Amino acid sequence: MKHVITLNVNGDPYTVSVDPSQTLNEVLREELNLTGVKLGCGSGDCGACTVLMDGRAVSSCLTLAVEAEGKDILTVEGLAPSGEKLHVIQEEFIDKGAIQCGFCTAGMEMSALHLLNKNPSPTETEIREALSGNLCRCTGYAKIVEAISSAAQRMNDASERNQ
Amino acid sequence: MREFNIVGKHVPRNDARAKATGTAIYTDDIKLPGMLHGRILRSPLPHARILRIDTSKAAALPGVRCVITGEDTPKIKYGNWRLFPDTQDEYPLAIDKVRFIGDEVAAVAAVDLDTAEEALSLIEVEYEELPAVFDVESAIAQGAPVLHDYCPSNISVNRKIQYGDLEKAFAEADYVREDTFTVHAVSHAYLEPCSSVAQADLDGRITLWTSTQTPYITQCLLASTMNMRENDIRVIKPFVGGGFGGKMELRTWEFCAAFMAKKTGRPVKFTLSREEEFLAGRRRHPMKLTSKVGFKKDGTLTGKDLRIHLDGGAYNAMGPTATFLCGNFGAMLYRYPSYRFFGEHVYTNKPPASAMRGFGAPQSIFATETQMNIAAEELGIDPIELRLKNAQVSGDKIPDVATISTCGFKESLEKVAEMCNWKEKRAQYKTGGGKGIGIGCYSFISGGVFNWFNTQYPFSAAEVRAFDDGTVHLLTMAADIGQGCDTVVKQILAEELGLKMEDIRITSADTSMTPQADLGAWGSRLTLMNGNAVIDAARKIKEQIFGMVSVRFNLNVIHEMECKDGKVFPKGRPQRSMTFGEAVAMAQKANRGEPLVARGYYTPRDKGMVTPAFSFGAQVAEVEVDKETGIVQVKKFWTAHDCGTVINPKAVEGQLEGAIQMGLGYTLSEQFIMDGGKTLNTTFLDYKMPNAMDMPPSETAHIDTYEPEGPMGAKEAGEGLAIPTAPAIAAAVHHATGYRCKDLPITPEKILNATKSL
Ligand code: FES
Ligand code: FES
Repeated sequence: MKHVITLNVNGDPYTVSVDPSQTLNEVLREELNLTGVKLGCGSGDCGACTVLMDGRAVSSCLTLAVEAEGKDILTVEGLAPSGEKLHVIQEEFIDKGAIQCGFCTAGMEMSALHLLNKNPSPTETEIREALSGNLCRCTGYAKIVEAISSAAQRMNDASERNQ
Repeated sequence: MREFNIVGKHVPRNDARAKATGTAIYTDDIKLPGMLHGRILRSPLPHARILRIDTSKAAALPGVRCVITGEDTPKIKYGNWRLFPDTQDEYPLAIDKVRFIGDEVAAVAAVDLDTAEEALSLIEVEYEELPAVFDVESAIAQGAPVLHDYCPSNISVNRKIQYGDLEKAFAEADYVREDTFTVHAVSHAYLEPCSSVAQADLDGRITLWTSTQTPYITQCLLASTMNMRENDIRVIKPFVGGGFGGKMELRTWEFCAAFMAKKTGRPVKFTLSREEEFLAGRRRHPMKLTSKVGFKKDGTLTGKDLRIHLDGGAYNAMGPTATFLCGNFGAMLYRYPSYRFFGEHVYTNKPPASAMRGFGAPQSIFATETQMNIAAEELGIDPIELRLKNAQVSGDKIPDVATISTCGFKESLEKVAEMCNWKEKRAQYKTGGGKGIGIGCYSFISGGVFNWFNTQYPFSAAEVRAFDDGTVHLLTMAADIGQGCDTVVKQILAEELGLKMEDIRITSADTSMTPQADLGAWGSRLTLMNGNAVIDAARKIKEQIFGMVSVRFNLNVIHEMECKDGKVFPKGRPQRSMTFGEAVAMAQKANRGEPLVARGYYTPRDKGMVTPAFSFGAQVAEVEVDKETGIVQVKKFWTAHDCGTVINPKAVEGQLEGAIQMGLGYTLSEQFIMDGGKTLNTTFLDYKMPNAMDMPPSETAHIDTYEPEGPMGAKEAGEGLAIPTAPAIAAAVHHATGYRCKDLPITPEKILNATKSL
């Protein structure tokens, strides 16, 4: 039995028919071709598949597609909507050398965004805590933590300027 | 020290933007029209004869397009040591026998994954279970079950090294000790599960997109197992999510994707699950190492006798190379006037062990370094002093191996001691007091000189195409698997041609486009070997455009020329310059329109048997151990290392930081839990690799050397750094608790058991 669900992904509305057992990860990657969302384990342990659902960071590999009905989903593809000007988090990942193989990157960036939305000035420990569900085998996390803390700073500076 | 414009500068990675935006395409992201999805049936038994396989029910399931077993294939064995065909012991799919839990038995391709998965459950296999062996001792015992008929002893490869007078060395020594060390298996645990997509081209060629470290090796071995010619196979490496040695052979799913694509006329994709990766994936060799060393009273080494058994699992994989290299790693770092090595690679009914970051060195040097620390304690000499006394230096010759042209080992030791306040902390922390500080060192190869793969091509190649708009296109088969070699070779080329990074376009790792050949990303070979090939090609381009400038300005033949800042000019008359693009246009005109293209190559020659260049380094770990729980907390790491010229500082730092994560896991938390031949921990939840919270701070210093054999003075920085962490932590734990670890990993239980009895 297929279910027809509507969801909003990166600002665009989609209607898809899904199996009850199908995950959000499968819908994003296979149906919507949003392959920036990765699949590293399928069991909720690595964080490579992290997306924001109504602003909350979730493992798309553990989230059933039917749970996304009516929800707002943000994937890495939606981080820089214009496609040209990158999100501060992306810029800092690039500049600080926080990317090696890049397979964890999208998930890391989404977890970072979730953190900075909740806590605009996190301490190093808070950043590390927020990343504890995102595994990386290449970087040892050092430059990722550095990138997020400098993104936080830049985002705060920018919002101060705007006030 | 040479001054550079681009080398050594902070240059963001070539692919960082694509990866940051999620637009970088990895193999599993590829979708082709009509593509089928493949799954592999694996053996549930560690050792069994296959009596019968019935695939008829699976084949009849609607949506299933193809089911194959070993019987359907050309039945040709493969392995990376083509020079010794005996060692090629693996079939893409099992023939007659399975040898480990997870061994590949059959494959299905269907219209979707669920159908393929269902079809697997419909394949009937009748096995006759055979006795199995799960450790080296049982495998080499009299009357042990034999895994491979060609090898009744279960010892597939051995290696001996001997030089100097060992008997005399031990007779003359004031202090001799022998220790046995055991080290365990760990997973590469790259984040991207293996994936391959194959398509049969209209003219019969097969194109394989695959997550690999070795496109050329995969091309060759796929061709031979398919009974096709090399040029009938095109291997393309998309972005790869890490390898660490785990993606450097031909793998079953690469064969199955290609074979089934050919059979069905439709593209076929295989992507492994994480569970399969852990259950059946390659791993680092468990080893047993017995090492005997002799010293004079003053700490001078007299000799070393090292015997190693590698627990190879069911197939050779890269085990023969690891066996060979262990012998060399055993004699690196220190001056051993005499040395003997005997290593044996043993088959057991477990998933095959293979290359993993360090390629035998993390195991071999764990023994070296731990024994060095024990000896220092017993001789009453400071561990760093003892090392300084015996350290190799530039110009040292390792008998039958090589001359070390540059060596920053002593400088690394002195630097790291200063960085961490070694003397004060050693004195301040009392043994067994809960806090400790310890050292581990390493040396590693910058690529191998050996050619068991028996390539008929140069080890590395590069092609540079120059354009009259002032840009160039670099083509290379070097495989960027996340370590960043695309960026590094672009930097080297930009430096050599005096261009900017954005003037260079790169195409890499497509065997039908990029020049033959390259042995791939392993043995820390790419910066040195591919970098040299790039420089060779660039110099050939320069030769031609220099001639143009000479003619244009009617220069005296004595002038030396230079490419810099996008211009070409005589060094002594910089005002007589042309832009790079103008010079290219002129060269093209002089050749009646023929494009300006050059190829460069590198094969190490007259560089002994092992490597053209050695890296060195020293690392100190500081720990605190909870006496009640036995839990080890690493407070900080200090590292000083010599990798020659640093081409890309952030990439080198990234290698170190990642290596520490892996080394920390190897030492304290990562291991396969095995029940006989079965791997029980098959998720990241149960296979505990360090996360962001687990990582201690770390400080690094780089020791300047300029390696004459390396491109612009560079040597390796990828794998060596994965070596010192285990012995450094083990030494610090000993300082903190009195417990001397000789069997990795270090667990709270081991510490508590040992400290209770102290
Ligand atoms: S793929 Fe979802 S957590 Fe690993
Ligand atoms: S960059 Fe490779 S897993 Fe994080």
